Amino acid sequence: MSTQATEPPPAVFTARDLVTDQDIRWCPGCGDYSILKQVQTVLPELGLPREKIVFVSGIGCSSRFPYYMNTYGMHSIHGRATAIATGLKLSRPDLNVWVVSGDGDSFSIGGNHFIHTLRKNPDLNLLVFNNQIYGLTKGQFSPTSPRGQVTKSSPLGAVEHPFNPAALALGADATFVARSADRDQKHLQAMIRRAAAHRGTSFLEIYQNCNVFNDGAFSLFTDRQTREDHVLYLEHGAPLTFGPGRRKGIRLRDSGPEVVDLDAAGLSESDLWIHDETDLFKAGLLARFFGDPRGIDDPFPRPFGVFYAVTRPTLEDEVHAQISGARSRSGQGKLDALISGENTWEIK
Amino acid sequence: MPPAKPPQFKSNVVIRFAGDSGDGIQLTGTQFTSVAALAGNDIATFPDFPAEIRAPAGTLAGVSGFQLNFGSQDVHTPGDQVDVLVVMNAAALKASLSMLKPGGIIIANEDGFDAKNRRLAGYPDEENPLENNSLSEFLVHKIPVTRLTRTALKGTELAVREIDRCKNMFILGVLYFMYNRSPETTIASIQARFGKKQPAIAEANITVLKAGHAFGETIELQSGRYEVRPAPLNKGVYRSIMGNQATALGLIAASERSGLPLYYASYPITPASDILHELSRHKQFGIITNQAEDEIASVASAIGAAFGGSLAATASAGPGIALKTEAIGLAVIYELPLVICNVQRAGPSTGMPTKMEQSDLLQAMYGRSGEAPVPIVAPATPSDCFDMVLEACRLAVEFMTPVFFLSDGYLANGAEPWRFPSAADLPTIKPGFAAAASGDKPFLAYQRDDRLVRPWAIPGTPGLEHRIGGLEKQDLTGNVSYDPANHERMVRLRQDKIDGIARFIPAQKVDAGPESGELAVVSWGSTYGAVKTALQQLREEGVDVAHIHLRHLHPFPANLGDLLKGYRSILVPETNLGQLVRLLRDRYLVPAIAYTKVQGQPFAVAEIRNRVWELLKSAQPSAR
Repeated sequence: MSTQATEPPPAVFTARDLVTDQDIRWCPGCGDYSILKQVQTVLPELGLPREKIVFVSGIGCSSRFPYYMNTYGMHSIHGRATAIATGLKLSRPDLNVWVVSGDGDSFSIGGNHFIHTLRKNPDLNLLVFNNQIYGLTKGQFSPTSPRGQVTKSSPLGAVEHPFNPAALALGADATFVARSADRDQKHLQAMIRRAAAHRGTSFLEIYQNCNVFNDGAFSLFTDRQTREDHVLYLEHGAPLTFGPGRRKGIRLRDSGPEVVDLDAAGLSESDLWIHDETDLFKAGLLARFFGDPRGIDDPFPRPFGVFYAVTRPTLEDEVHAQISGARSRSGQGKLDALISGENTWEIK
Repeated sequence: MPPAKPPQFKSNVVIRFAGDSGDGIQLTGTQFTSVAALAGNDIATFPDFPAEIRAPAGTLAGVSGFQLNFGSQDVHTPGDQVDVLVVMNAAALKASLSMLKPGGIIIANEDGFDAKNRRLAGYPDEENPLENNSLSEFLVHKIPVTRLTRTALKGTELAVREIDRCKNMFILGVLYFMYNRSPETTIASIQARFGKKQPAIAEANITVLKAGHAFGETIELQSGRYEVRPAPLNKGVYRSIMGNQATALGLIAASERSGLPLYYASYPITPASDILHELSRHKQFGIITNQAEDEIASVASAIGAAFGGSLAATASAGPGIALKTEAIGLAVIYELPLVICNVQRAGPSTGMPTKMEQSDLLQAMYGRSGEAPVPIVAPATPSDCFDMVLEACRLAVEFMTPVFFLSDGYLANGAEPWRFPSAADLPTIKPGFAAAASGDKPFLAYQRDDRLVRPWAIPGTPGLEHRIGGLEKQDLTGNVSYDPANHERMVRLRQDKIDGIARFIPAQKVDAGPESGELAVVSWGSTYGAVKTALQQLREEGVDVAHIHLRHLHPFPANLGDLLKGYRSILVPETNLGQLVRLLRDRYLVPAIAYTKVQGQPFAVAEIRNRVWELLKSAQPSAR
């Protein structure tokens, strides 16, 4: 096949080369602009030729993303982007495949593909823009909307209990779970870099502000005044600290995690929970720092960063290993032998 | 001992084996089939599995059947009625007796008719159908198969359970005697299967097989012996093939003949799963099989693989196809190659999963949102699944479109001898990959050639970076467009491309009979065998009716309309409420007559014959 031809050296491209000739249709002020910008900033660092990169999306505001990336791209149908991307990656492990999706696309209509993709672990980078609302259909509650949220389809308030995406992903045995936010540009870039570097399905939840239908959903985590007290940055091997001057922290005791004021309690950082990205149980606890989707009256700050990152064989590695194994056992398949089978007879 | 009576000659014989799922019915049937095939008979077989996986032993729900029609002339169906019914227990008799011809032969394991078995089968207390003269119109051979098997294996180390499992070999031995067949082939096959690993089991099976054969000889079965001579089959090398197996092999052949890696994704569903099973066994051909999390994921992943340059295929039955529908529409607007196999079964909804039906033709034709034309092909026989799935792949790849391949449960599990082709003689498939470009000018992903086919530009090719989507596309560029005139243009272009395929498929031929005249019977799919046999019989009786069998259902072959207009009447038998007949009437405004049956069963030859007779009789007054 032509794709097996000798590979050219990586094309030198810049963020500017990733811009397409299409007018961007997102609303002015939408968080998606920032995410697009950060992806375009990070992508050239990967050292891959542009033709090896594919963006696959489903349906929703976020899913317009591929039209604005001058790589290969597939805008598909609602909820199925992960399934499409899995087929592409399985058949073409040489490609660098990204999935761009939203909270409705990934957690509602595409919920089944979301959990199974994480379980199977193909090497995909899955960016889920969570704005806790259906934007493209003009403002209905989503599976991540907080209970009580008033929307067009819930004028008396949403009665449903929302998903906790990080906990859902960990429950599906994801190998990489991280969170960032559209307005936190440097952090978002760092998380995109980490997601790209991870071999396996990287699930990056991005809090994204829908300034038209759900403005300020994440303001506790993004506003300058409240951010320090409500955001807990996760760094592997570092103590969990937050607050002004990072003088507050999380201590893990037999009874569970607790928030401590280092100065008031006379504690040092070494008394605190040291973040370990490879510890599934601790990742599970961190994912539960999630009382209210918006963080209102939460006893704990909201973690941002990499919750969990471990390696597990990827789906495509396993599938292709079986093919190589079959070939080394019985040689390349011979069509005539296959067609004739083992029992033939001749009519003379 | 007096010498055995000379055998009577028969042109064909239909045997039905019936018993518990655990009685080895399918194995007995396939063994007899191979022996008949080796002897040069033409054959058609059909296994009739119980719907339940392991229904309680001895019950009607647990009866497994295998029907075999072997003959010294062309055989196109497993037979309407059974000449010889082999029953291993009372339930098997109860479930199958209605299929036996008047005067037919019953070979019954009388040990399977004890009080418990009769009760399980639902016979009234104290009523043994083998003893109460209820079978007086048949020739009944009662054989204590279980006891004779145990006697034959007395003194062996085997447990009773293992001994009882050999009783199907006893029956096979009796039948080999009746039909004058040597047990050697089966002995060799037993040796190959058990010889090394379980020599005691091999030995036991062979002993019982020989005991059965000797039993037939000793008691000189009063029905005598029969001889079915070799059929005048074309010279060549043959194998036996089932429809789903042929479909799988055809997909692999298409992969080899196109140079494209095969990507096959599906979700388990009766009766399509065997395609997945077969493909999964042949990884040395570089095949990727993906048992996806659901129907939608399977078709979606195949579309992803198609974008990446694979020969992508998925399969299901009607309910699963319904779930895949939105994604098939996406493949239509993407214009990517994709083969969708629908192994049809009785619907709607879950319907009767193990029973055949041809009721998804209109689903394939129209079952999508928007104007979304998809070509449709359908195989006529089990071995034709190979050719027609190869044809589906050719159309998909060369015309950049999803294509439906409509098989059904009858073809999928039916088997026939196949004079298989050599790989070098198979058609080649030419993918239209776009070549790398400098990238100075934007790549036009929807610029079409003279057949209206767009290029296949796969990721990894420098300079062709482009985006495809489910939103309407601007002509040429593929960019999103809401322009009204552009939408109409694109809808018409996609339709014209599919309609134009008619120029690249074989012209419709008349399978048998006159090129014009009084009546043509138009069939599609698995109805082929029954129609062919019925019309052959009528022809021998001096009634010449044309048989036209369609393998391309969308678009129709370019000459079909003219051909149909040459007949005064057109009869269209289908196992649905009349789907092809609607398409024919709609397209050609011909007064085609529907002949429909929806019982989850194929047409019997006699049903077609009778309907043709009726039609000819009613047509006569106006014709004269």
